[in-house]
Amino acid sequence: MATESSGAASGRTRKPRSGGITTGQSRAGWTFVAPSVALLVLFVLLPIALAVWVSFSDWNGRGSPLNPDVNFVGTDNYAQILTEESLIKRDFFTSLRNNGYYVLLVVPIQTIMALLLASILNQQLLKARSFFRTAFYFPSVTSSVAISLVFLFLFSGSGAINEILGYVGLEGPTWFGDSRGLLHQLLGALGVWNIDSPPTALTDTTILGLSAWEWLSGPSVAMSAIIMLVIWTTTGTFMLLFLAALQDVPTEVQEAAMVDGANRWQRFRAVTLPHIRPTVLLVLTLGLIGTWQVFDQIFITTQGGPTKTTLTPAYLSYTYALDNNQWGIGTAMAFILFAIIIFFTVLQRLAFRDRAAARQRRRERAANTAAKKATAQTLTTGAPR
Amino acid sequence: MPATAVLALTALVAACGGGDDPAPGEGGGESAAGETTGVALTVLIASSGDAETAAVTGAATAWAEETGNTVDVQPAQDIQQQLAQGFAGGNAPDLFYVDASRFADYASAGNLYPYADQLTDPEDFYENLRTTFTFEDQQYCAPKDFSTLALQINNTAWEAAGLTEDDVPTTWDELSTVAKTLTTGDQVGLAMAPTRDRLGAFLVQAGGYWVNEDSTAATAETPENVEALTFVQTLLNDGSAAYPVDLDAGWGGEAFGTGRAAMAMEGNWIRGAMTNDYPDVDYQVVEFPEGPAGKGTLLFTQCWGISADSPNQAAAVSLVDYLATPEQQLANAEAFGVMPSRQSAQEDYVAAFPDDAPFIAGGEYGRGPVVAPAIDPVMLELDAQLEALRTADPTEILQSFDTNAGGIVGG
Repeated sequence: MATESSGAASGRTRKPRSGGITTGQSRAGWTFVAPSVALLVLFVLLPIALAVWVSFSDWNGRGSPLNPDVNFVGTDNYAQILTEESLIKRDFFTSLRNNGYYVLLVVPIQTIMALLLASILNQQLLKARSFFRTAFYFPSVTSSVAISLVFLFLFSGSGAINEILGYVGLEGPTWFGDSRGLLHQLLGALGVWNIDSPPTALTDTTILGLSAWEWLSGPSVAMSAIIMLVIWTTTGTFMLLFLAALQDVPTEVQEAAMVDGANRWQRFRAVTLPHIRPTVLLVLTLGLIGTWQVFDQIFITTQGGPTKTTLTPAYLSYTYALDNNQWGIGTAMAFILFAIIIFFTVLQRLAFRDRAAARQRRRERAANTAAKKATAQTLTTGAPR
Repeated sequence: MPATAVLALTALVAACGGGDDPAPGEGGGESAAGETTGVALTVLIASSGDAETAAVTGAATAWAEETGNTVDVQPAQDIQQQLAQGFAGGNAPDLFYVDASRFADYASAGNLYPYADQLTDPEDFYENLRTTFTFEDQQYCAPKDFSTLALQINNTAWEAAGLTEDDVPTTWDELSTVAKTLTTGDQVGLAMAPTRDRLGAFLVQAGGYWVNEDSTAATAETPENVEALTFVQTLLNDGSAAYPVDLDAGWGGEAFGTGRAAMAMEGNWIRGAMTNDYPDVDYQVVEFPEGPAGKGTLLFTQCWGISADSPNQAAAVSLVDYLATPEQQLANAEAFGVMPSRQSAQEDYVAAFPDDAPFIAGGEYGRGPVVAPAIDPVMLELDAQLEALRTADPTEILQSFDTNAGGIVGG
C-alpha cells in the first residue's frame, strides 16, 4: 500500500487501480504456495504447537497428548528445571555449563580458522587450489556419525593421538573417559588454587544448582576432544562461505590500498574485513545456533559422560523425554534452549550492527521522506493524504 | 535441532495415531482381551544377536503352528524409542522385552497389561525376579530369564602369580590380597565398571543397598554402604582394581580378555564375548567372596511385557506361557546363553552348564535393580558420582543419592 500511494502521489502511475485483478492475483498466489504452506503447517507449526502443549502438561507418553487423561500443569515443568532444588535443575544447569564452554571455544576458533583457510585459498598464487578446497571441505560433507566413530578410535587411551604425544614424551589422557576440567587444571598449574582442596569460598557458594567451583571447571578433557572434532568438521563449511565473500572483494579497492602504502595486515583489517562483515555475522550466527544444539557427536561418543561433563541441553532433553518418559520436562528443556539461542542471536546482531551504516541509512531515509513530502506538496493533483 | 525435532514429531504422531484414547491400565483380575487362535501377534525383542533372534523366532513359530496363530518377531534397533513411539501412537507391539530398569516407568504409565497370575505355576519363578517386576503390590509380567554377576579369574595370570586353588577369595580381605598379588606391570588385579550395576554388589555383600527391600525408601546412607564403598575405594586407590576405561577397554570383559585385568566382575554374558573374541584365554568363574553380611550379587533381568492396548492379550499370554516353560528356557540357554528364570529348570541347567553354577547360584541371594518410576536420572547421577569414587567421599555420594531419590521412592 505504501508504495502504491507514494506512486500515485508522485503521479507516475496512471493506470486505474483494479481491485478485481489484484484479488485474482493474490488468490492465484495463495493457490501456488498452498502446498508448501500446508507442509509447513503440518510438519513445522503443528508439531511445535503440540510440543508447547506437552511442555505445559503431564503427558507420560501414553496415547495422544491431547487425550483427556493428560492434565495441564501450568509452568510446573519449567519450574522444576529452573527454580526448584531438584536433580533436574542440577542436570540442566550442568548441561548449560558444559555447552557454554563448548560454544565459547568452538565458535571463535572455527570462525578464525575458517577465515584463515579461506584467505589462504583466495591467494592468486596458490597452486592446486581446488585440491585444497576439496580437502578442507571434505570433513563437512562426511557423516558426523562416521567422523565421531573415527575420533573415538583416534582419541582412545592407546589411540593414534596418544601415540603421537608419546613420541614427544607426553602421556596423553584417556580422552573420552577423562572428566577433569581444563580451567581447574590450568589455574591449578598456575597456582591460583589447589585442585585437591579447592577454595571453600567457591565450593560453598551455590549458584543455580551448581557450586561456583563446578561452574569454573572449564570444559572437561572429554569435552575438549569433542570440541576438536566439531571444529574439524564444521570449519570447512564456513571456509566456503568466507571464500565466496572474499572473492567478491573488489580487486581495485585492494590495489588502491596498496598504492596508498597499506601493508598486508592493514589491507586485511581496513579493506577485506569491512567488506565481508555480513558473512562474518552469518558465520557467527550459524555457528552459535549450531553449537548450542550439539547432539549427534555427544550421542555417538560419550552420551553425557564422564561424570556428566559432556551433557548438553539437547541431549538431556532427549534422554528425559525418550528414556524417562518425562516428556513435559524434555520439551520444556527444548524450549528453554530455544529461548537461549534466540537471546544470544539477538545479542550478537545488536553487537554486530554496523553503527555507521545504520546512521547513514537512517539519514538517507529521512532525506527521502522529506523529498517525497516536498514533491507531494508541489503537485496539486490527487494526493490522497 | 534433531533432538527437539524427535520430541515434536513424536508428539504429533501420537496426536494423530490411534483414534481411541487408551485408558491407563487398571488393576489385575481383568481377563485378557482377544481370541487365542487365528490372531496375528507382533513381537518386538531387543536381541543380543542372530542366535537370540533365531531362537525366539523359532520358538514363537512353533507356538503359532500349534495354536493356529501367526506371529511376527522383530528385532529392535532401539527398543526404548520404538516402544515410546508405539505407546504414544497406540500401536505398540503386542509382546516385547521390558528391561527391569524401565519396568516401573512403563507400569506406572499404564502401558503394561498385568498377566503374571495367569501363567502356569507362577510361583516357580525366582522370588527376587518376581519382586523386580512388581509395581504397587502387583506383579505385572513374567521374567524371561536373568543374569547375575560373578568373579572371573584368568588362570594363566593366577598361576603366574604363584596362587593356587586354595587362594580363591572367599572374603573381602582375601579378595584384596589376591588383587594386590595379581597387580603387576601392565596388569591390574580386578577390573570393574564404575556403575551401580557393579559396585552395588559390594553393598549387598555388606548388608545394605540403595533402597529398601520393596523399593519404597532410599536407604543409601548406612554404615554398611559406607563400608562397602570405602572398601572399593581402597581397592581403586592402591592400584589393585581399576575401571575399564583406564585399561583402554570399553567394559570389564574386554579388559579381562586383553589380559589388562586378571579378574573381572561380569555377568554370564562374558561367556559369549570370551568365546568369540578371546578364545585363547583360560579362565574360571567363581562366586563373589562374602562380605561382612555374607554373599551378595546383582540380578539383571528382562520380562515379557504385554501392551495394555493390545487387542490380542489372550494370545500373547499363551505365547509367554509357552516361551516360559522350563524346556523352552533351557533351549534358550543352549542357544544364546541366558539363565532360566524358573527354579524348576535350575537343576537341569547346572547339569548342562556346570561352569555356570556360580552364576545361577546368585539367583538365590542377588538383588535386582532399583525399581521406581522416573528413577533413571537419579541412577545416572549416582553413576556419575561413582565414576569419581577414587577421590570422592563415599558418605557424600550416598547422602546425595538419598536426597535425589527421596522424592521419587518416597523415602
